[in-house]
Amino acid sequence: MSLNISTIVFAAAIMLFCWSCYRRFRLLLIGKAEDRFKDAGRRIWSVLYYAFGQRCTVSHGYRFGWNHLVLFWSFMILLVANTEFMLEGLFPNYISFSLLPSSIYHPLAVLIEIASVLALLAVCIAITRRLAFPPKYIEARSRDAFIILGLIALLMLAFFGLHASKIAQGNEEAASYMPVSEFLASTFLKNGSPGSLNGYSEAFWWLHAIVLLGFLNYLPFSKHMHILAGIPNVFFRSLTKVNTQPREEFKKGNTYGVGKIDQFTWKGLFDSYSCTECGRCSDNCPATETGKLLNPRLVIHDIKVNLLKNGPPNRKETELPLIGGGKEGSISEEVLWACTTCGACMEVCPVFIEHVPKIVDMRRNLVEMSAKVPDELLSLFENMEQRSNPWGIVPSERAKWAALADVKTFVAGETQYLFYVGCFGAYDARSRKVSIAISRILNSSGISWGILGKDELCCGDSLRRLGNEFVFDRMVMENSKIFKEKGIKKIITQCPHCYNTLKNDYRQYGMELEVIHHTEFINEMIRSGKLKLNGTNDRGNLVFHDSCYLGRYNGIYEAPRSVISSVTGRAPIEMDRHNDRSFCCGAGGGRMWMEEGTGKRINVERAEEALKKNPATICVCCPYCMTMFEDGLKGIKADVQVLDLAEIVSEALK
Amino acid sequence: MLIVTCVKQVPDTTQVKVDPVTGTLIREGVPFIINPFDTYALEESLRLKEKYGFNVAVISMGPPNTEVTLRKALSLGADEVILLSDRAFGGADTLATSLVLAEAIKKLGQTQEVAMVICGRQTIDGDTAQVGPGIATRLGYSQLTLVDHIENVDLKAKTIVVRRRLEGRHEIVQAPLPAMIAVLREINRPRYPIVPMRLFAQDAPVTLWNNKVMGLKEDTIGLKGSATQVRKIFSPQREKGEIIGDGIKYPEAAAGLLIQRLIEKNILCL
Repeated sequence: MSLNISTIVFAAAIMLFCWSCYRRFRLLLIGKAEDRFKDAGRRIWSVLYYAFGQRCTVSHGYRFGWNHLVLFWSFMILLVANTEFMLEGLFPNYISFSLLPSSIYHPLAVLIEIASVLALLAVCIAITRRLAFPPKYIEARSRDAFIILGLIALLMLAFFGLHASKIAQGNEEAASYMPVSEFLASTFLKNGSPGSLNGYSEAFWWLHAIVLLGFLNYLPFSKHMHILAGIPNVFFRSLTKVNTQPREEFKKGNTYGVGKIDQFTWKGLFDSYSCTECGRCSDNCPATETGKLLNPRLVIHDIKVNLLKNGPPNRKETELPLIGGGKEGSISEEVLWACTTCGACMEVCPVFIEHVPKIVDMRRNLVEMSAKVPDELLSLFENMEQRSNPWGIVPSERAKWAALADVKTFVAGETQYLFYVGCFGAYDARSRKVSIAISRILNSSGISWGILGKDELCCGDSLRRLGNEFVFDRMVMENSKIFKEKGIKKIITQCPHCYNTLKNDYRQYGMELEVIHHTEFINEMIRSGKLKLNGTNDRGNLVFHDSCYLGRYNGIYEAPRSVISSVTGRAPIEMDRHNDRSFCCGAGGGRMWMEEGTGKRINVERAEEALKKNPATICVCCPYCMTMFEDGLKGIKADVQVLDLAEIVSEALK
Repeated sequence: MLIVTCVKQVPDTTQVKVDPVTGTLIREGVPFIINPFDTYALEESLRLKEKYGFNVAVISMGPPNTEVTLRKALSLGADEVILLSDRAFGGADTLATSLVLAEAIKKLGQTQEVAMVICGRQTIDGDTAQVGPGIATRLGYSQLTLVDHIENVDLKAKTIVVRRRLEGRHEIVQAPLPAMIAVLREINRPRYPIVPMRLFAQDAPVTLWNNKVMGLKEDTIGLKGSATQVRKIFSPQREKGEIIGDGIKYPEAAAGLLIQRLIEKNILCL
């Protein structure tokens, strides 16, 4: 009788699980097409390295990632055990590991026993951590988390109970290979009557079955969907750094950006299923950290909720708007505008969710389809379109700074390197000094270089990150035309934003440029001995700040540090958050041009962090960071100077 | 009912320089923009369209390249744009300009009743603020200048109530329609064009009315019809200033010297 019941229960539960999965995963089909299969070899390698190797969870100094690694691998082994259990439930008496030759069964029994112990331990550690040392983000202590942890613990206990009863019954041939179960049997069940032992065995078997099937059916409805979606999402990850956004085609009848859930690609939707709610993204987000409405994890969560609400066909409810806010599943405009596109969220995400492109896509929709933008941006957009600079300053003033330096104009066919000064370097009083310093360095290095002067145009970085792709597209065309006409192939930039845009965004327009940031250039020149330094220039405590668009976006961490070491004779002091965990200055993603009304100012937060190291100098490599640090320090009145790397080097030239 | 918005394409005056030898404007390489004040006029027209269901026609007199500005108006939501362009219209002052615009508005009025003409307060190149009032006078419309808020439009009673911003006070005025309204920057915040509209505007029709269409007498339009003739354009010479004291080292002392000098020159008095 019980045999039939187990077959029915197992079959029903497995079918229900498959049905739930089907209902969820078919919703992905409403997303737009995107090729994420190319280069399968590298993708498989990614899965092996990041998922199975658990590189994704133990990276970035997350010590508790090791707990996940243990749990992950215990699960992998228990997956085998539980598959057997389920098949046994479906086809009782036909399938069991114990039917295998003992040379296979015995080692397997040991392995499963060990995995169960480790899983139980890992779960206990996870529960203890959440109760005793709660992580900053509140989600770690959600009901969902405790239900799942509780279920796993119960599953392990049922497993040991079942095996202990079997051993006590004398029904377990491999008892000596199950030390924990055997210990439990000999301690608690030694004197049990055959009847009661049989009862225990039945009871534990059913407990195990119910918890396992319950867990299985809870998965698709909880954050533990990542068990199903996480590994595939690693497979489908972007194989290159996510440092750009895709182009849009401007044609009548097209829509722009993402304003509705079905305008994401299927991968964009799949990201939302993969989220483990680990909270690392929000933990590293400068907006979240300083009290803004934006929380990258919630953006992904809202996308998932919106998909589940709006995705199913023939639904009767009215559509939940994707953008607008107000309730779960809808993202407010303020959230979207708060992003600095610093990429910290994507850097630490263990399942390679791409937050920033989604935010930019939604910004695109706001700008291009409904022109709903913060007031400050209206003048920025006009200025960019009319005068190709953010302030709307007359273009003829672009070359004014050059009067104070020894600068030549780029001549087609003669000059080798273009020094692309950028809007800050050309117009901003403080950054002009950096331009002069760079000119000096370029002259000392003996290369052939020149500027475009008043013909230089803005690269369009802010517009692209703010979602004004239409005007960005035009600016790229204009710049490309100039670069082609003048035969410009090699470009040295002052600003990491110009650097990233010319290097990574312009490539989509067929512009293969050799773009070099001044930190890279200086490092190369010092190494090759072309720049001669006048001994050591000690600048006291020098703290270095990583620019997001150099570091996280383009992996340039070592060049500036190595230059500082060469010039000052010692390595820079690192802030608590540095390199790939560096904290944004607050100006990226077009935030430079917007008011920051909510919460603490990001630049103040970062300036205070720098001051903890008691610096005499804060070294930056980006005009945005420069402005943000100088502003951030103003309120604090610290006697600290903010210098660009180029200024430090320029003063150390022989 | 129709709202006619008058716009002008102007050289970006912050980038214009005067040739010191010939005394003429150096127009080469200077970009043209829509007269900034007119963007507020257009925005107000579009808001009234959304609120009351008017049609919005945008008219502009100028050289053929004015088409760019009119396309911008289309991308923002104007229903119809008309370019008044003819060599014979060239060199016009405000008298001759207002004639051509007023005649164009009359012509538009033949097919649709005109409720309002909305203009910017002035242009940034001529700075006269005369064309709007000129149109009102010629057409016999109510003349509402310096408007910073439209309070109400009563389509049944054919009246409009606006707020005028005068020195030190506001004035709420009711006037019969049709009316000419010249608006201030404070009246609204112009919108930003959405991309589908920009693409639509790229090849939407721009109606051209030259003098064959308008049929105006040659001596009433263009340079011939103008009462004003520009004799010379020049940059005012500014006398070189004088540095008083050492403001960097001794700012207080320098300020004291400055105040003393201003008192001596009778600019400040105690």
